[in-house]
Amino acid sequence: MSNQVPLLAARGLAKRHGRTKALRGASIELGAGEILAVTGASGSGKSTLLHCLAGIVRPDEGSVVYAEQRLDQLPEKRLSELRRTEFGVVFQFGQLIPELTALDNVALPLLLAGVRRGKAHERAGEWLERFGVRGQEALRPGEMSGGQAQRVSMARALVTGPKVVFADEPTGALDSLAGEQVMTALVHTARESGTAVLLITHDAQVAAYADREVWLRDGVVSEDATALEVAQ
Amino acid sequence: MSTRHILLGLLAGGPSHGYDLKRRHDERFPQARPLAYGQVYTTLQRLVRDGLAEVDGTDSDGGPERTLYRSTDDGERELAQWTGEITPPAPFVTNEIFAKVVCAILASTDPADYLRAQRAAHMDRMRELTTVKTAQGADLATVLSADYALSHLDADLRWMTTTAARLTTLTAEVDAA
Repeated sequence: MSNQVPLLAARGLAKRHGRTKALRGASIELGAGEILAVTGASGSGKSTLLHCLAGIVRPDEGSVVYAEQRLDQLPEKRLSELRRTEFGVVFQFGQLIPELTALDNVALPLLLAGVRRGKAHERAGEWLERFGVRGQEALRPGEMSGGQAQRVSMARALVTGPKVVFADEPTGALDSLAGEQVMTALVHTARESGTAVLLITHDAQVAAYADREVWLRDGVVSEDATALEVAQ
Repeated sequence: MSTRHILLGLLAGGPSHGYDLKRRHDERFPQARPLAYGQVYTTLQRLVRDGLAEVDGTDSDGGPERTLYRSTDDGERELAQWTGEITPPAPFVTNEIFAKVVCAILASTDPADYLRAQRAAHMDRMRELTTVKTAQGADLATVLSADYALSHLDADLRWMTTTAARLTTLTAEVDAA
């Protein structure tokens, strides 16, 4: 990363799940517009790190600073607003709302932010087009392929114009061709809009879409591949 | 694959004669093509000519007299340089990486640093190829060609990760042989 102030910076994050220490002093920085891959073995704490950085869970120790605000100390209401307006999240299994059409799923974050229905649908349609799934507006998640559903999820994550998209194994449930199409669409769109992406993956071919890669080992972030000795 | 460096690696543990070097090579690198005796002796003569190895007397061991060779200081330096040198990340490079790991262990150096650097070089190349294939307007031949290289480099990476996790066992096995 350059010497500029990072858009998102975490220091010394610790988080327990019961008796398990998922994070043990993890520190990480993400620059504005940067695409960063976080790789590591299963159980290394990757998803917990994403949840702490995205303000989905609060760390037990350490700080998360986003645009000069301490996320770990923000009141829940403000944190919720920030997640809705500044962050987008994509999970391995899309997590679209099954009862809603593709268009309604993508329009939902805009409707929650108070955008009028007509305008929200118009913008949702534009984002479906950018992700190559125009024409699928009326389909519900159960009627789409995995790749289509994941592209709809990405359109939903980006529709509000977030500064950061958090993607947790976004291609994990897809075949290689669908995975490639999803990643290409994400990277092109993020670069066009200057959106930073924090990409969690265990797949080196997916990590290669990023500008930079860091490793997570036993709940601690390391540069390069210093996790090699214990990687399984 | 560099036979001269592999012979220097096998000589790192002490003097040896041509027959023994061939036998140890074929045992140590079972997936590689067996070395021909002629190639071993020709390579040893070139190593001596270049000052990287020297004759260390003869050994009969009850049979015909055989010339012993040992590595020189220049030979050790040459080996250390080769085992630390990044192999250009092109498809199908695993065998050379494996040879460097084994030779580093034979020379009593730690191959972990080399593996880390090699992995970083592979990732750099994979990022380049990904940029090429995702460029606006890239034609299908370019995409498929990049995919071919990416798949092979990814296979190398997985192999390096597994090998790095097994270095302690590999070192014990090589040292015991």
